[in-house]
Formats: sequence, C-alpha cells, structure tokens
Amino acid sequence: MADFKWPAIDKRSLIGKRISRLDGPWKASGSAKYTYDINRPNMLYGRMVTSPHAHAKITNIDTSVAEKMPGVHAVDIIHPVGQEVLWAGKEIVAVAAETDDQARDAMRKVKIDYEVLPYLVAYDTPQKAEGYTRQLNEATQGDPDAGFKSANAVVDGFYGLPVITHCCLEAHGSVAEWDGDKLTVWASTQSVSGLAGGQGGYAESLTAKGIPTTAPNVRVITPVMGGGFGSKFAADTWGISAAVLAKKAGRPVKMMLDRDQELSVAGSRPSLYAKVKIGAKSDGTITAWQSESWGTSGPAPGGAANLPYIFQTGLPFKRRHTTVQTNIGPARAWRAPGHPQFCLVTMSAFEDMAAKLNMDPVQFLLKNMQYAGERNKGFGTKDYEQELAKASELMDWKMKWHPRGDRTPGPIKRGLGVSVHTWGGRANDSTCNCTIHSDGSVEVSMGTQDLGVGARTVVGIVAGETLGLPLEAVKVNIGDSIYPPAGGSGGSTTSGGISSATRRATNAALNKLLDQVAPSLGVPADQLEAVGGKIQVIGNPGKSLTWKQACAKLGPATISEMGQTDRSLTSVNVGGVQMAEVSVDTETGVVRMEKMVAVQDCGLILDLKTAESQVYGGMIMGITYALFEEKVMDQQTGQHLNADMEFYKLAGIGDIGELVVHMMQGPGYDDRGVIGLGEPPTISPGAAISNAVANAIGVRVPTLPLTADKVLAALGKGGMA
Amino acid sequence: MEAFAYAHPATKQEALGMLGTDWTEAAVMAGGTDLISCMKEHIIIPKRVVSIRGVAEWKGIASADREVRIGALTTIEELRENATIRKQFPALTHAANGITSPQLRNMGTVGGDLCQRPRCWYYRNGFGLLARDSKGNSLVPNGENRYHAIFGNEGPAYFVSPSSFGPALVALGAKVNLTGPNGDREVPVADFFRIPKSDSERENVLKANEIVTGISIPSGGAGLRSATYEVRQREAIDWPLATASVALSLEGGKVRDAKIVLGHVAPTPWVVDAAAKSLVGKSITEATAAAAGDAAVQGARPLSQNAYKVQLARVSVKRALLAAAKEGA
Repeated sequence: MADFKWPAIDKRSLIGKRISRLDGPWKASGSAKYTYDINRPNMLYGRMVTSPHAHAKITNIDTSVAEKMPGVHAVDIIHPVGQEVLWAGKEIVAVAAETDDQARDAMRKVKIDYEVLPYLVAYDTPQKAEGYTRQLNEATQGDPDAGFKSANAVVDGFYGLPVITHCCLEAHGSVAEWDGDKLTVWASTQSVSGLAGGQGGYAESLTAKGIPTTAPNVRVITPVMGGGFGSKFAADTWGISAAVLAKKAGRPVKMMLDRDQELSVAGSRPSLYAKVKIGAKSDGTITAWQSESWGTSGPAPGGAANLPYIFQTGLPFKRRHTTVQTNIGPARAWRAPGHPQFCLVTMSAFEDMAAKLNMDPVQFLLKNMQYAGERNKGFGTKDYEQELAKASELMDWKMKWHPRGDRTPGPIKRGLGVSVHTWGGRANDSTCNCTIHSDGSVEVSMGTQDLGVGARTVVGIVAGETLGLPLEAVKVNIGDSIYPPAGGSGGSTTSGGISSATRRATNAALNKLLDQVAPSLGVPADQLEAVGGKIQVIGNPGKSLTWKQACAKLGPATISEMGQTDRSLTSVNVGGVQMAEVSVDTETGVVRMEKMVAVQDCGLILDLKTAESQVYGGMIMGITYALFEEKVMDQQTGQHLNADMEFYKLAGIGDIGELVVHMMQGPGYDDRGVIGLGEPPTISPGAAISNAVANAIGVRVPTLPLTADKVLAALGKGGMA
Repeated sequence: MEAFAYAHPATKQEALGMLGTDWTEAAVMAGGTDLISCMKEHIIIPKRVVSIRGVAEWKGIASADREVRIGALTTIEELRENATIRKQFPALTHAANGITSPQLRNMGTVGGDLCQRPRCWYYRNGFGLLARDSKGNSLVPNGENRYHAIFGNEGPAYFVSPSSFGPALVALGAKVNLTGPNGDREVPVADFFRIPKSDSERENVLKANEIVTGISIPSGGAGLRSATYEVRQREAIDWPLATASVALSLEGGKVRDAKIVLGHVAPTPWVVDAAAKSLVGKSITEATAAAAGDAAVQGARPLSQNAYKVQLARVSVKRALLAAAKEGA
C-alpha cells in the first residue's frame, strides 16, 4: 500500500515547487470563460430597479408600462409592497428583455412609490447615533486597574478604519437556464457545491417563490471566477431573480451587477473605531489594555471586537464594543473577517507605546511574546520570533529604522512599520473522485472552485505527485456541481480541504492500480511505488511498467475512488509578519509605498509560485485599504457617493512599491500539513503602513485611509511638519 | 442610456448644421470619454450625438507666426509627446503627464478636456450641477465636500473645474477658438470658464450651437518659463486634489511678469494675480516661491472638510514656480 501521508521533502516531485497556474494561459489569452462571458442561445438580459431611499416602505409598485416596453419578456417583483427597504440600492423589481439596453430602458419605466422613513448612513460617534446603537459587548480579563497602576507609562490613543467594499473585479451575477424542472446556473460564486441546497440556496428560495425546486435539479457551473473575497457565498437576490425571470420567460437570463451596484450592495467590510488605553513597564512589558470601540456592519448587528489582537493570553484587559446599525448596504465576510480591524487598532496602540518608551517596535513585540500564546503546538512563540527576524533581515530593519520622526532635512520623510497577524484556516469538507482509465488517462473531479488563487493547479499537483505523473497527465475537473461536493471557499479553508481529499482519492486509486499490476511485476502490491511515470518495485526502476502499460492491465475496467478531507494531512493557525517602508511628503500629506516585506507561514506549501502570488495579492489589497479605500456615505441623501472607480480609489501599479515575499518552510513549518493562505497576508498591511507613517512623520494618523487631508491634519497637531 | 441619433459630419458646416440651440437637442462628441459615461448615468440626455472626429481641420498642432495652434481634436497623448509644446509650454506637458491613464490619453482630446463636465459626486449622482436637495438648498456645504471648491464657492456652485489644461492655458494667455452659426469667435481661456450663478448657466460660455475648434497660445519668446504641479493621491489615474500652473517671463534671472493659476480648487481655473505680482522684480528661490504660495491662498474659504486643499494649493504654487524656474535654465 502506498502511504497517503505527504511525501518526505526529498521525495517530492511537484509539491512545493514553483509551478505556473494551469489556467494562466486561458486567462492571459482571453479564452477563459467567466460568468460574464457566458452567452446562451435565446438569452435575455436582466436588470433590477433599486430603491433610491436609504430607508423606506414600499407603498405601490406599478410595472404595467415596463411590461409593455419593447423586448420585455418577464418581470419579477423581488421586494413586494408593504416591505421596508433598509438601504439605498436595495433590489425591488427585476425585468428581463431581449437586449441589455431594452432591459435598462424598461427598468426606468417601473414606478415604485415609497413612504420615506428616517435613516442613518453616517455618524461620528455612537453618542451621535442615538436610536441606532443596538448591541453592547463587554469583557474583562484579569485585573486591568491593577495593571494600569503598575505601569510606568500609559498611552491613550484613537484608531480606526471605515467601511470599505469588496470591489470584486468580476461583478456578482449569473446566467440561469431551465430545462423542464432542471436549472443550470453559471454563477460567479465561492460555493459551487453549496449554492443549490441550504439556507437561502436556489432550492429553498425558488420553492418559496412558487417554483418547486430540489437541490439535485440545480447545476452550478463556475470554471473560473474573478474574485469574491467573502462576498459570493449566496445565490443572492439577483441570482434567484435571474432564475425566476428565466422560468417566467422560458428563456435563459443573464443578470450581472453594474459596478455601482457591486460597490453599493454586494458586500462591505465593517468599520471599527476604538479609544484605547494601554499601560506598560519601562522595559516594554504591557501591563493592561482598555478599549472602548464601535463600528457598523450595515443594517444587521455586528460582532464583538476581539481586542487586543493576538496578544491576549494572560494580559489584563477591559473592553466594550458598540455596534451601530446603519442604512448602508449589508456587510459580508471580507477577507479575514475582523482581523484587519483588530490588528490595526492593536498594532497601532503597541507602536504608540513603543514610541513613548523610545523602543524599537520589533523589540517591543518580542518583549510581549508571553501574551501571544502558542500558535503551533510545541513552538511556544518561536514562530513569531523567527518570522520577525526574517522580516527584519529582508527589510534591513536594523539599518533603516529610526526613532519616531524622520529628522533628515526636507519635506519627504521615510519611516518603517511592523505588524504581526494570525489566522485559523481549518480545512473545509471536500470530496474528491479519482478515475484511472485503462488507456492511462487520469481524471480528478471535485465540486470546488478556483477564485483565481490556483485551486485547480494544486489539485493537479497533489494528484500528479501521488500518482508519479507530470501535472499535464492529470485532467482536473472542478467548478461544476456535478462533481463530488466540496466546501465553499471562505476563511482560507480550501487548500487544506481539496488537497487532502485529492491525496486520499488519488492514493486509494493508486492502491487499486498497484493491486492490479502486482502479479505482473511479481511482488506484493505493498512493494510497489508510482514514480516518474512508472509503476516500479520500490527503489528498483529496472523492475517497472510504464504508467500506460500498468493501466492497460485494467482491461475493460476503470478505477474510480473517492477521498475526503483528511485533517491529519492539514493543520490550523498560521501567522506572519509584515513590514512597511513609506515616504511621506509632509507638505502635501501624500503617502507613497517604498517597500513592503511579508513573511508568511502556511504549513506545507503545495505550489510556491501561487502561494507567493496569494501573498502579493493580499499585500496589494492591504495597501489599497491602508491608503485609499472608503465607502463615502452622504447623510443628507442617504446615498453612496463614490460608487464608481473614480472616487472609490484602488491602488494602481505605481502605488504599490517594491513587494518582497518570504514563505516560511522547512522543519516545524511544512511538516504541519496544508493550511490555507487567502486571509492572512491581507491582515497586517493597514497596521504596518499606519505605523510606518507614524514613524516617518512623528505623529499618528488615527484612521485609515491615510489620505492627504488626514496626514496634514495629524501634522497640524505635531510631528515633523 | 436613452436612445439617440448619431451623426458623424466630415466638415465644419455639416457639424454646425447638426447642433441645436438647446442643450438637449445635440451633444458634441470628440473622444467621448466623459460624454458616454454621462449618458449612461442619464446626466446628459441628448437627442443626437454629433461625433466631430471626422473633421480634419480640427486636428493637430501647428506653429504659426506668433502663436501655436492646437486643434481641439488633438489627443492628450499627441499633446504630451509634442516637442514644440514640451519646449515652449512645458506647463501643458506636465498637465498631460498628470493624466496617467493610457486609455484616456489616447481617446481624450484637448477640446474635450476643456468641455468635460465637473466631477462633483452630487452632480454625478443626479442632484444637478448645483447639487441641490428637493428644497433647492445646496447639499455641498453640509455634505461630503472634501474634493470641492475653496475659492469661488460663495454659491450656488461649489464644484471644481475638472480641466487639466485650463489652468496652464490661462497662465499662458491662450484663447479658445469657437465656431457657431454666426461664424468663428475667439475667447480668452480665462473668460471661457465661468462660475454659474443659476440653473440656466453652465460652467463655461460655450453655447449649445457652438463647437470648440482649437486653442491658440501666443509664443512667449526666450524668457518664457512655465510649469504645472499637481497633487494627486494616487499614481494611478486620479483627479488632482489641487494644482498650480505658472508662466514666468524672466529677464536676467528676475521675474518681469508672472501668471499663477490654480486648478481643482474653484469652479473655474483660479487666477491669483496678487501672488504673481509679488514676484515681479525678484528671482525665484525657495523663499520667494513659498511666499508666493502663501499669497496665492489668501482669501481661500474652505468648506467643512476641505481645509487641507489650502495647503495643497499653497505648495503647488511653490513647487510649480521652482519647476518653472528650472525649465530651460
């Protein structure tokens, strides 16, 4: 029996190598078919009428004119008379027409009357949001009062970051097509296998709308998709409505969100603001933490603020959090939910304390490792320490770092900042099928999805590794719910789930094959191995069959084996360190990225190239929210004013600076098994960059994004101006 | 967008014949980079779109006796790469460099830069150029005004002129060439832009039946120095937060004449004559440039969120002056 455990480092042919993604050429050449690219015969285009009011009750809907507009085939009332809308942009009515333009024209002829109700979309502090503050979370650990009494230094700070959006490159949406009672959906989704069943899935939602549907009758197809970041797990209003319109019209319907809808209603990240008091001994040891925080997740109540971040074990703290329920679009999970916010608040307060004590912040973090707890069993805090050392080396921290405030002459000030982060990343539940045909071809099939991160490629790598075949010899079938079910891609759970399931399925299939060919090689199956495109007696290439010869022994039979997520092949709790170097023009307040270093652990790395690419992406997303992003809401009109890509600003290539990525590998890291990587690299950038700006200009810019107005305002209060 | 008729005249006369006396009748399209998005958003709803890209006489850059003429259909990229412009009027080249999108540089035109509509987010979200609520009050003073005007903002207009070339052209004493049913006319760029005082006025003096055909810039001679400095949040395509364009006439290292024009701080390019006059007879140094920057922002009236733009205008003037003094030095 070939062992299913991950092969030793010297036995790996594909795992951990630098391998280009399988779908790269399709994407680069434009042949990859995204949901937006799907065009079905006789397809109609759907568009939705949305509420202009942030809070209102629908008193009348008149679709009679729209229904008679040229090209219109179906109308769907999404949100009926009598219901309330809780944010501007809420979908009320959908129409389907022959062309997109006809659908848009018809949409403008739907008449909806509202009773406008009071709303809140913007506020300074919870005190100014009376009636909208809904939930208080309070927690105390140890004796913070005694901690503050024993402190030699106390720092009071205010930190925060606004609501931002997901801004997926590919907008949300789908194409829906019926064949009798069978529905096929091409969807831009993070959950191919999960979209049909479950709460809010197609089966439940369509049945509730009078179209009885069962999960097995819904097929979801997503060969490639253009980013979700946590915002694409559900069928969504627009997905269900496309299916309803398609049913009513008897024709396929495509409905994709416009960019302004994508930004306004398809997901946002909750804000967090916190007044923090922190006490420390002269040697840097923190003695107590106190925070009063608030934030908004849109109309629903948000969760608690888990402060302080990471450094919580045994640290006396007192914290209170208020959520403000506002009439903005609803929040959705945003890459590492909660962590970027908690990280910014905590690492900023730590850096401010380090500055007050005139300590190097890296030394300050090291001094307080006792509070970080143990990330990996048996490691103590060695992993953070190793990562801090590696990042310092790559940033040339010791050479470049200076105490707070760059004292070199001239308006341009440079500074360094550091932050640490962690994430769980428990493998999701996935099921894989491996089929070996007698002509030697191999298929690996799983209802998982590739959000653009390399999932397809790592499935192929694991299969090729297990079967001793090159990557090209494996046909990877994913992105279709006809394949065995796999978990949704959220919370960095995919790599662990799909790699371990693939390993188990391909290992089981291989063992079946070894049983078949053992007699012809004259040894028991447990003395065979699959290496280099051959089945051979272990360590004896002379006694072998080529893969093709071996498979031919199957005759008319086919091997088909299943494998499931095996958590003995995976682990949890990754971490990393990021360091940022910025230059700040103190006359204009404009911050520029000079360099950023990310040192990241994610257990056993399957593909070094796509792993690094994930980290680059996380850093860029982080630079963007650190410097530019904010969902600007207008309290006078209830509108989202920058629902466009002119004033909802994202970083371009010239805004990013030099990025350096180092993946922690080797003993203690890759023997842990596979752990996901999507979330962690985007947690630290806000904190590292904010700290770098403070180090450069000598004063804290309290809130992100670090725009010119805020930098100049901070400089007006002190620092190096 | 609403359905519209599309016309693509080949000559000036044909083009003029397709315009109406009312703005809703026809819209002139050059690069279309702004017009099309305005039409998609129902900000502009023309019955007819008149593409003038086929009118050959409005293309290209030509040096004449005492002026340089830039056709309205000259693309931003053509202007940016033009050696004559770079040598004689670097303020324009700097402004073109500030438009960091290759797509906009290749499609957008010089005439379009002058005629594009303001980017005020209330305007672009359907609240009208003067950004009023249902009672007729402006939404800007108590609203989200971080990008709005700090000069010329007595109301009802609070938006900023989006033109990249306007401030430099004003500083260089350029004229806009217009054509209409009554023939051609020339308007100093400084008079082309205006602050609308009512809903019936626009942000420039162009009439609905007129077309911007080009720009004429007087040749400045050997002592002319010019520069534009922009403060932008991003390197990627981004609207400036504030800009300054300056034109200096130097004699023996001293300023004989100066023109300083701010951009993105007022509903028009904003001329600051007092600051310019203060430079006459002086050489451009860090100190005189900084003093001119201070003088330039005297009288600024920031709104609730945009006081920072005063500083950005100040430093833009200083840096533009220092850059201009260096040009050709």
